Amino acid sequence: MNKLKRYWKLVNRPSVHFSLGFLTLGGFIAGIMFWGAFNTALEVTNTEAFCTGCHEMRNNVYQELQSTIHFSNRSGVRAKCSDCHVPHNWTDKIARKMQASKEVWGKIFGTISTREKFEAKRRELAEHEWARLKANDSLECRNCHNFDYMDFTRQSLRASEMHSTALASGEKTCIDCHKGIAHELPDMSGVEGWD
Amino acid sequence: MKILMFTLVLLGQCWMLSAWAGQEYVATLRGEVPLNEEETPPVMPNVENRDIKRQRAYPMQPPTIPHKIDQYQVDYKANKCMSCHARTRTEESQAPMVSVTHYMNRDGNFLAEVSPRRYFCTQCHVTQVDAKPLVENIFQDVETLLKAPK
Repeated sequence: MNKLKRYWKLVNRPSVHFSLGFLTLGGFIAGIMFWGAFNTALEVTNTEAFCTGCHEMRNNVYQELQSTIHFSNRSGVRAKCSDCHVPHNWTDKIARKMQASKEVWGKIFGTISTREKFEAKRRELAEHEWARLKANDSLECRNCHNFDYMDFTRQSLRASEMHSTALASGEKTCIDCHKGIAHELPDMSGVEGWD
Repeated sequence: MKILMFTLVLLGQCWMLSAWAGQEYVATLRGEVPLNEEETPPVMPNVENRDIKRQRAYPMQPPTIPHKIDQYQVDYKANKCMSCHARTRTEESQAPMVSVTHYMNRDGNFLAEVSPRRYFCTQCHVTQVDAKPLVENIFQDVETLLKAPK
């Protein structure tokens, strides 16, 4: 308690040696540098190189992604890991990044360190992502695929039929039908619509 | 002696040349592209995606798939086709129901699920491209034949 009081006094006392201008400007510049560094570090953890730095990601999900339309396609637009798995909004992003500490735990203790372990856990991991996308109305899909910008006449009959009814009414969201579009599906027994 | 040697060498060269020249025209599956070169692959045709059913092209032909099936997963974990074409799914999807024969085993007994021998859809059902037929098809349905003048 005594120690705490001493620190409070130190913080509370006006500065003796430094000018107000130095402290304000210095604080401002330090703030920019700190924020920049923090944001840069955060962005680094969003890169493909970072995600596939672990063999768990590189040998399993990354291999599966590469043959899909989200990785290789005619127009050269690519969705990298973080585009679908990390929210773009700051608060949601920080929340997701905090959640990701569980993944660090998994890495340290080798939860999915082999193909067999990964396959055994695939359903559980997939369910986490389905639940997340269901809860936020497939927000990460909609970052690129904006419903309002969709031209139904350019879609196939089946697609426009489904999108103009189930999706338009909000009854269904992207992930309800588009599961396993970027990675292999787990055992789907018991999943709604997949008997 | 010298002349003999010269003739022999010349003959040998002629034989080698002719053999080498002959090799160029050997018909192989890889065509006339040399072994150490890669042939330019043909352009990949676009799969029809019109959702319009096609007429049969021969008796008992399994219906063709009138839409794209890129990345459809059909393995022991999941069957993407069945997420629309299964009996329980057709009400919602309005897709054609897989026929009852797919639930029969080879002895004609009905099973609760799709028979394992019918599980892999693309073994019989295939997508179509808008390609020119290599040979003309003069197939007529038996219904047409019955109505034909005798």
